[in-house]
Amino acid sequence: MKIGVLALQGDFAEHISMLKRIGVETAEVRLPKHLDGLDGLIMPGGESTTFGKLAVAYGLMEPLQEFGKSHAVWGTCAGAIFLSKDIGRDQPLLGLMDIKVQRNAFGRQVDSFETDLEIDELFKATGTKHPYHAVFIRAPIIESVHGKARVLSSLEDGRIVAAQEGHLLATSFHPELTGDTRFHEYFISLAS
Amino acid sequence: MEAKTGTWTEKKGLAQMLKGGVIMDVVNAEQARIAEDAGACAVMALERVPADIRADGGVARMSDPDMILKIMDAVSIPVMAKCRIGHFVEAQILEAIGVDYIDESEVLTPADEEHHILKHNFKVPFVCGCRNIGEALRRIGEGAAMIRTKGEAGTGDVVEAVRHARSVIGSIKQLQTMNEEELMTFARNNGAPYEWVKETKELGRMPVVNFAAGGVATPADAALMMQLGVDGVFVGSGIFKSGDPAKRAAAIVKSVTHYQDASILAEVSKNLGEAMVGRNAAHMPESEKLAVRGW
Repeated sequence: MKIGVLALQGDFAEHISMLKRIGVETAEVRLPKHLDGLDGLIMPGGESTTFGKLAVAYGLMEPLQEFGKSHAVWGTCAGAIFLSKDIGRDQPLLGLMDIKVQRNAFGRQVDSFETDLEIDELFKATGTKHPYHAVFIRAPIIESVHGKARVLSSLEDGRIVAAQEGHLLATSFHPELTGDTRFHEYFISLAS
Repeated sequence: MEAKTGTWTEKKGLAQMLKGGVIMDVVNAEQARIAEDAGACAVMALERVPADIRADGGVARMSDPDMILKIMDAVSIPVMAKCRIGHFVEAQILEAIGVDYIDESEVLTPADEEHHILKHNFKVPFVCGCRNIGEALRRIGEGAAMIRTKGEAGTGDVVEAVRHARSVIGSIKQLQTMNEEELMTFARNNGAPYEWVKETKELGRMPVVNFAAGGVATPADAALMMQLGVDGVFVGSGIFKSGDPAKRAAAIVKSVTHYQDASILAEVSKNLGEAMVGRNAAHMPESEKLAVRGW
């Protein structure tokens, strides 16, 4: 099992260290050739506009879209934006997941927050019960899910913060910033 | 569970999202858009870039909030703004208008020669400059959630940025070789808080994100800082004081991502036009250096 982490910009090192903790081999992805031999890909937090610019400049858009058709891909925060089909503004998107996302949906940095989530599917898959502590940073929300995409977790007010479409996963929060490896384990199960 | 805002994880976390990126100084909405289009991961809103602050002299203060708000409206990426060292009311104002990060910066004229701001009192995160590990850990002790090595702003000369980055990273390596009983002496000798010295040794890196700043003018400069081991780069005067800002900005963004790939660095370094006019920082009188501000 070898998982790539998109390393154009953002907190890719944090994802790599989480993957190492659960014994998964990792690789940094900056160019199309770096996708060779990977079983899955994580797109980290960072700035989605920066990802877009660099992915276009180095011919990564199509290879990433191809990769996502047959492999597990997980986007956290900016990565989730990049994975989505529609964000209501013009910037490069992979359009792999049939979800509509709104950037910076909670406001600016002073509105960033931490909270506990109940994520039944995750608890079932990992055989655990304790709440999932989620860190939101200038976070997007998933406005709506379409087609085969489905909601994995919502806040108490109903706003969607995690979604899944087959082997594709989007979270508007940052499991890589916590000590909790359950989401990474869950993703590995999708990649297997 | 009640949602919690302004936590240490949140403050430190935003800086983690900026890693591997370039933060650019901009003085108006148009420059901010150019920076965002080039792939900047954040912008620093200020009235004058450091090169102009140097040239103009006088007292340099926090920028007009209206000008910062216009930049916040113009772009979707995080917006930082500078307050003077020790000027906690400027910081309160910047927090009130909702900037994403405050730079308590030596580039502005210090308001307090003894004390930095107690940054734990704020919900908004702070970045501060440092020349060495002691200065870095003192700022973190006061609540800075991100550090940048100071370099010498507004010179276009990378030598001081290299000196400060090497100093910090060298000290972290030195800590790795020390026994537990040597740490208190290290803390005393460097004027660094003991708890943060211990934490730094355990982590084997700076406890918060550490960018380089002060004198980065070319893609090669930016990649040099990355190879030395910083997490990302601030570019101040280097972009909008150059001949072709949009092109240079995009090239520096690429150089930070592909900092280990010399053939890409060669490609992005081609035909960038005039770099900013440099000022030799090593021969500059101490009294003109901005990096000596703060303690």
